[in-house]
Amino acid sequence: MRERKSIYQNIDWITVLLYLVLVLIGWVNIYAAVYNENHSSILDMSQNYGKQLIWIGTSVFLAMVILLIDAKFFSTFANIFYLIIIFMLVAVLLFGKEIAGSKSWFQIGGFSLQPAEFAKFGTSLALARYLSKLDLNIQKLGTRITAAVIIIFPAALILLQHDTGSALVFSALILVLFREGLSGNLLLFGLFVALLFLLALLINKFMLIGLLAVNAALIFFLYKNIRKKWFWVAGVFLIASAYVFSVDYAFENVLEPHQKKRINVLLGKETDLRGAGYNVNQSKIAIGSGGFIGKGFLKGTQTKFDFVPEQSTDFIFCTIGEEWGFVGSFIVIVLFLALLSRLIIIAERQRSKFSRIYGYGVASIIFFHFAINIGMTIGLFPVIGIPLPFISYGGSSLWGFTILLFIFIKQDSVRLELL
Amino acid sequence: MNGSFTERKYIIIGIFLLVGIIFVFRLFYLQVLDTTYMLSAENNVLRKVTMYPNRGLIYDRNHKLMVYDEAAYDLMVIPRQVDVMDTAEFCSLLNITDSTFRAKLRKAKKYSQYKPTTFVSQISKEEFGYIEEKLYKFPGFYVQSRSLRKYPYPVAAHLLGYIGEVNNLEMEADSYYTMGDYIGKSGLEKFYEPELRGKKGIEVVMVDVHNREQGSYRGGRYDTLSEPGKNLYMSLDADLQIYGEQLMVNKIGSIVAIDPSSGEILAFVSSPTYDPNLLVGRVRSENYLALSLDSLKPLLNRAIMGTYPPGSTFKIVNALVGLQEGVLGEYTSYYCYGPATTPIRCTHNHVSPLELQEAIEQSCNPYFWNVFRSIINNNKYQDSEQAFNAWRSKVTSIGFGQKFNTDIPFEVNGNIPTSDYYNQVYQKGHWNALTIRSLAIGQGEILVTPLQLANLAVVIANKGFYYPPHLVSAIGNENNLIEEFNTRKETSIDPKQFRVVREAMLEVFEGDHGTARWARLPGVQICGKTGTVQNPHGKDHSLFIAFAPKDDPKIAMSVIVENSGYGSTWAAPIASLMIEKYLNDTISRPLIEKRILEGNLIPGK
Repeated sequence: MRERKSIYQNIDWITVLLYLVLVLIGWVNIYAAVYNENHSSILDMSQNYGKQLIWIGTSVFLAMVILLIDAKFFSTFANIFYLIIIFMLVAVLLFGKEIAGSKSWFQIGGFSLQPAEFAKFGTSLALARYLSKLDLNIQKLGTRITAAVIIIFPAALILLQHDTGSALVFSALILVLFREGLSGNLLLFGLFVALLFLLALLINKFMLIGLLAVNAALIFFLYKNIRKKWFWVAGVFLIASAYVFSVDYAFENVLEPHQKKRINVLLGKETDLRGAGYNVNQSKIAIGSGGFIGKGFLKGTQTKFDFVPEQSTDFIFCTIGEEWGFVGSFIVIVLFLALLSRLIIIAERQRSKFSRIYGYGVASIIFFHFAINIGMTIGLFPVIGIPLPFISYGGSSLWGFTILLFIFIKQDSVRLELL
Repeated sequence: MNGSFTERKYIIIGIFLLVGIIFVFRLFYLQVLDTTYMLSAENNVLRKVTMYPNRGLIYDRNHKLMVYDEAAYDLMVIPRQVDVMDTAEFCSLLNITDSTFRAKLRKAKKYSQYKPTTFVSQISKEEFGYIEEKLYKFPGFYVQSRSLRKYPYPVAAHLLGYIGEVNNLEMEADSYYTMGDYIGKSGLEKFYEPELRGKKGIEVVMVDVHNREQGSYRGGRYDTLSEPGKNLYMSLDADLQIYGEQLMVNKIGSIVAIDPSSGEILAFVSSPTYDPNLLVGRVRSENYLALSLDSLKPLLNRAIMGTYPPGSTFKIVNALVGLQEGVLGEYTSYYCYGPATTPIRCTHNHVSPLELQEAIEQSCNPYFWNVFRSIINNNKYQDSEQAFNAWRSKVTSIGFGQKFNTDIPFEVNGNIPTSDYYNQVYQKGHWNALTIRSLAIGQGEILVTPLQLANLAVVIANKGFYYPPHLVSAIGNENNLIEEFNTRKETSIDPKQFRVVREAMLEVFEGDHGTARWARLPGVQICGKTGTVQNPHGKDHSLFIAFAPKDDPKIAMSVIVENSGYGSTWAAPIASLMIEKYLNDTISRPLIEKRILEGNLIPGK
């Protein structure tokens, strides 16, 4: 066991540096996004960029506190964290304040707190704690169900708050399970389900079922060894058909009108440049107008004049795209990929199973946010309101991601102390 | 056992990288390859507001303001920005029907989705206040300040002309104009369009998503200032013009009065006329239609577009040419047998034989037939054709048969027939003085405009030269005179030839048998010549040319009154009154004035 000369000695500075760069990029672009000449100081506390500085400062403080706390504290009390989070999620449903249709905020004085942002690290901790049990076999159905419950329970509570985006984030943790031995078929199955979902929305359901039937018949006749298991083929076919019907039903009856519209717009079934399509269209105009090198700092016009909605939070990437162009967008994407790859590399070098699993949780969650958020602004995903990690304006979001990341950095810094 | 799944990290990193690469490709497409978003962005936030300059003012020769601009407003639309709105309220606000609304919007969309188009033009100040208050409810619409032409004196409509929205042809011809711009359509407004219009400015302003202006773009770096149009200083005398139009009420015809010393037009009356204020603003097209359907053709500028045979007034021209050619002398006398004379009979009762001065006074047809024959049969020339060409060149040097090409749009040539024309009709060598004898007394193929006739009066007043008749003497400021109008044109008649003619024309007023003796103006020596033009459709047209005072001419003019019979009954007294008005500024002959003012010579009325 090596001696530790200083708390900060074994910290992975590459990750910390990537974190700081992303946070600074966020701050500068929030300034650009909401810049107005009456409040030109970046330190003006009445504006989002001034407030973001407070969030950055407190986040750095939080990070340092986390680095000072004993690493074992997080693994030991993982389940307690999880329970506190669950409690908060229930509480917010009962006492929360409704903002923009989502009942997911606590109003404390002048600031609002969103428990869902903290549920991410709480759930990751609990999942890591559960999966790191020595005698655990992930191939057992019971293990899978328990893991699934740990993930789905907070997600379901968040869904009840009408915060679909944040709830969907938890699905990213399937990558953690995959790394820990969950069959790859499940990932493919997930992909198949998603594909079928899209097709069910895009083409007539009877035609789709017809196509499935043709496929089933082809499989039946082409693969002789499968023929004996004809009831399997028939069963899959029947389940798929039922699924297609239920998707159709769910789309028409379960999804809320604005969600339906967003999906339809993305699929090109509706063109509504004033309504649901407006955000994406304006977002694409903003990013597209940036060109190769962008319009320059504070020179963006689309985001500043409110053409792009939520320009400092969910659509912050528009400002980057408009003012810094392809070059700036490319750099941000590279920074994210570097951070994600670094997290995987660090996770893989952990001796502790808990740390590794938690590390994968962190990477999966950041990846999901990154993919959905940027995908949404460039018109590849439907509009799902989740922030771009470290960059989007917002205290809860920045705090949540900082805690999520720094718990892992702390775990990593003590990896050599473990036998 | 965790080691067995280590290689799965590559799959996971692979997924990360795959998404990253997809994003990079997508961004490259959006930002670098597809340029349509650039345009969308520009149009999203920048609105080019046209700063319309004030059109130049128009003054008369005594600094009376005759045309100015009054503030008005155009409602503009940018079709792409039009959003769902209460169309019914909008229509009632503008007092238009729903179908008009849709048609206008369709038209605007057809022109451009992004460029502003005039939706309703020329809203008055009062209406504007009401509309502006509600405008916030209707995205895509905004108000642009414009101006309307205003005419404090409702006269001189024909020469001032009017402005209207540019049409497609005009837009194609000059890229300065965009849809909804105004352009001079006739008269001075048309001729001096480049000077009057000034220069449009463009202010680039940024607007936010609610179409609210957010101030100037990049500190106004891309703005261009508008420049006001230049003022015009007319030679017209507003008082004389007003008086002339009063005299011509209920008569068809024209008065053109010119200052002989400069060619400046003093009055330019075409009757019937209309109030120029009728062709302004939103009522323009309606009024224009009514005027264009009027059987008396009030839109026709008879002073330059009406062509008449000059009749007896042209005898003066033949006399001058005869004198210049040396085939006629002051004392040359010819017999006249009255109605029995061949080939042209005489309709007047006078002594015979008679000399030139008397012949002009009495307007003797046979005398001028003899004059014309001597011109065409002149031994100096090889044949009739050559002699005719010599005659024609002298006639055209006085200004007949051609445009003056000054600042009067839509001028017509009139017609002085050419020898080619006669060669074609009669074959070369097969025509002579007798064939074309109608020219002797100003009939036949010959056609002149009232303006050309007035110029004849100028030439006689000046004894052989004229300045091209024009309406505007200076542009921008009073001293900035238009040089090309101050070029003296010499006729091919020597000054000495005018003496007899002028004496004869004085006798028209002053002589005991003068045809215009009833229109005599005590104290002013007026020279004049009557003319009567046969009108196959009704009563003869009455013509008159005059200038005064004889020895220091200040005004020269032509008067034509259609369907009024003899020149002496209507045209001569009108000329006399006009001269009195211009020279004395008061009218000493109320009885004559009353008769003229009350006279109604419009057929069927």
